[in-house]
Amino acid sequence: MIAKPGAAVDSVLPLDLRPGYHVNSNAPSDEYLIPLRLSWNPGPLEATGFAFPQPRMEKYSFSEKPLSVFTGDFQIVTHFKASANAAAGPATLTGKLRYQACNNSMCLPPKTLDVSLQVEIVK
Amino acid sequence: MKDADGNAVNLADYRGKVVLVNFWATWCGPCEAEIPWFIEFEKKYKDQGFAVLGVSMDDDGWKSVRPYIASHKINYRIMIGSEVVSQQFGEIESLPTSFVLDREGRIAANHVGLVDKVDYQNEIVKLLQDPKSIAIHDAGTGVLAGLTGASVRAGQRP
Repeated sequence: MIAKPGAAVDSVLPLDLRPGYHVNSNAPSDEYLIPLRLSWNPGPLEATGFAFPQPRMEKYSFSEKPLSVFTGDFQIVTHFKASANAAAGPATLTGKLRYQACNNSMCLPPKTLDVSLQVEIVK
Repeated sequence: MKDADGNAVNLADYRGKVVLVNFWATWCGPCEAEIPWFIEFEKKYKDQGFAVLGVSMDDDGWKSVRPYIASHKINYRIMIGSEVVSQQFGEIESLPTSFVLDREGRIAANHVGLVDKVDYQNEIVKLLQDPKSIAIHDAGTGVLAGLTGASVRAGQRP
């Protein structure tokens, strides 16, 4: 990704879930469910917001109510703003993706994955 | 492990009882579906020598679990699990995972994922009513002895 100091840029994180599995959306239906979260560490770009896809309301055999989930292939867009005084040159932005997946009968423990983004700051 | 009241829980103290050990978490939907069944089993079979022990695998421990116990009116003992406890049961990789122990503390059945309520109920009732035969069958000795016997007979045929 190329960014100019002070400019707004977007990055896309594509995700692909194993068939039959779902993750809770960023706004789960129940307070105890673990939401999908993406966060970025401080760097030459600052995350100003995220765009998640529209969640699916899916009914599973274990739940009386439909759950707000993501399934299959989807992507999270991060809206960044490059720091006005970012130094020119390459940089790596790092972050974390936290998720918790289930299928129709069981759940896997929550996981946190490291994510990274290569950035080139140009004047 | 300690329960929500801070009392130590030791499986050895349950020798002589049929015990359902359920690994679960507050964030696990299929686990939540089973909880009303376990509440019912605890009420129904407690006086016959049965107990449910819930082992929560929530990372934040009692912070999430204590209010969950109250809101779901859980009537059986809950403990907070750990990696060590998980390994003692053969590494718990997904939830719910449950073990039904006979009166000798042996694993008579285990279930990974949500299963039918009636499956648990049948196992509990059988173990409560006829603990010896179930223990022998699930230890494998009954089944294996039968197969070995058949093999020996075939080998001795002229």
